[in-house]
Amino acid sequence: MKIFRYLPFLILLFWILVVLLQPLFSLQPNDINLQQILAVPGDASWLGEDDLGRSVSDRLLSGAQVSLFVAFSVMLVTLLVGTIIGVSSAWLGGWLDQLIMRITDIILAFPGILLAIALAGLLGPGVGNVVLALSIVGWVGFARLARGQTLLLKNRDHIIAARSLGTSSYQIILRHLLPLLVAPLIIEATFAVAGLIIAEAGLSFLGLGVQAPSSSWGSMIRDGSRYLLVAPHLVMIPAIALFSVVMAINLLGDQLRDHLDVRS
Amino acid sequence: MQILFIRIFSAFVVMFGVSVIVFFFIHVIPGDPVEVILGETARLSDREALREALGLNQPLMSQWLSYMSGLLQGDLGNSLYSRQPVTTLILQRLPASAELALAAVIVGIVLAVPFGMWAAMHKGKLWDMASSSFMLLGIAIPNFVFGPVLVLIFSLWLGWFPVSGRDGFLSLVLPAITLGTVMAAILARMLRSSLLEVMSEDYIRSAYARGFSPIRVMFRHALRNAMLPMITLLGLQLGGLLAGAVITETVFDWPGIGRLTVEAIQRRDYPLLQGCILFISAVYVVVNMITDIIYQLIDPRIRCAA
Repeated sequence: MKIFRYLPFLILLFWILVVLLQPLFSLQPNDINLQQILAVPGDASWLGEDDLGRSVSDRLLSGAQVSLFVAFSVMLVTLLVGTIIGVSSAWLGGWLDQLIMRITDIILAFPGILLAIALAGLLGPGVGNVVLALSIVGWVGFARLARGQTLLLKNRDHIIAARSLGTSSYQIILRHLLPLLVAPLIIEATFAVAGLIIAEAGLSFLGLGVQAPSSSWGSMIRDGSRYLLVAPHLVMIPAIALFSVVMAINLLGDQLRDHLDVRS
Repeated sequence: MQILFIRIFSAFVVMFGVSVIVFFFIHVIPGDPVEVILGETARLSDREALREALGLNQPLMSQWLSYMSGLLQGDLGNSLYSRQPVTTLILQRLPASAELALAAVIVGIVLAVPFGMWAAMHKGKLWDMASSSFMLLGIAIPNFVFGPVLVLIFSLWLGWFPVSGRDGFLSLVLPAITLGTVMAAILARMLRSSLLEVMSEDYIRSAYARGFSPIRVMFRHALRNAMLPMITLLGLQLGGLLAGAVITETVFDWPGIGRLTVEAIQRRDYPLLQGCILFISAVYVVVNMITDIIYQLIDPRIRCAA
């Protein structure tokens, strides 16, 4: 039964390796093979061919690169920015704290994905704009969490002790505060990645993400849905890939939360 | 009365903020609407003429003032693509969107109540786990995957419903299920936990002590109180519903405001996109305001506390 506990981790590891080792596979995601249009999996190629006779497996793997790149880069940017803003907001307090909280209130007043669609629509299509749109929406969650945790920890004995010893604010935050913030932030970041992968796929599905001929799981589902009757594998394969990653990350997040014992 | 006034005032403040942000965002980002309309090869004099006609050569502040005064009169400008007033285009699509949203809410509630109740009544047992994992699936599978899967099974293989478009009741079924299931999953989880909380209250024990049957206690005493948080959640979920509608309407080619938004994005029709975003935000803000007010009217406990 032990294998089940490691399964989410193994699935995620598989996809990360796929992305990192991509140069070794010599993929041809844009190679057109007109004899193989809409070929089903198994016959000539491993996962079949799409409406232009391009290899579904190659497009799936290169799409994984886009999905994971967007999700992880947005997560890193928002984690960094959100933590800095949240910690300084709580540490400094006063009108700055009030201002930042009102800004987050306004952003949180709207559902994230709706805001991301609107922003990505205003910015125009493209991977860079998707990253930007998701980042503008995403930092708020981390800022709220970091602020809340900092407010809780600010008056702990060890921080007061450090302050009365004359340690600078910078040193206190870096050495005495941030290490205690790591666990809740890592858990939040894990769930954020799952949400971001779905968000990126959703934006790509609407045509706001990567542009043709590059592939992403969302755009593969969109393009494939036109051939649903003759070639359902065009939708089902990226859908299953998406589902496997999202479930794996969510389960991993649950395990991390139990393991690190963080009360939300 | 005072609370009502504050609530309406803050809704106005949020809408004002949204309209300002959307306006300046559109005008600050790179990309020239004149180039979009005329194409990159247009003559310079033609471009200047169009720029003049659209009022784009005026200073940003005066453009903003005329935009705001139009907005207050319900004028959102004209679409760059079809040249029709944005308000007309949005109102044309409104019935389809309202129909889909209402149907999705009905699907959501009809699925959520039995699932949530079932899970709460069998807490910790196999049934609870089964319905909890079903709810988790509902949340984890995005609309743009669930929709095509439903189409494949029920339209293409079984032939029960049309694949896409809006033509009578049958065409509404699949989009409503796609949009409603996510909501059902979230509502059911909420109902389960809120039922479990209510079931430990004194008045439930009293009801049992008076010899009422579990079914009667469930429906008359527990469910009615546990439904209260669902009202707030329904209001909040509407935002998710509006976002989901953008994707669901694209999947099923449903002629609603979500589809209109995507068309505006694809054609770089900035006035139309601006109008759609403002309209969707306004719906969201107003509905949340109304749920807040209803919530206070419905529950005497909250009314007394306030």
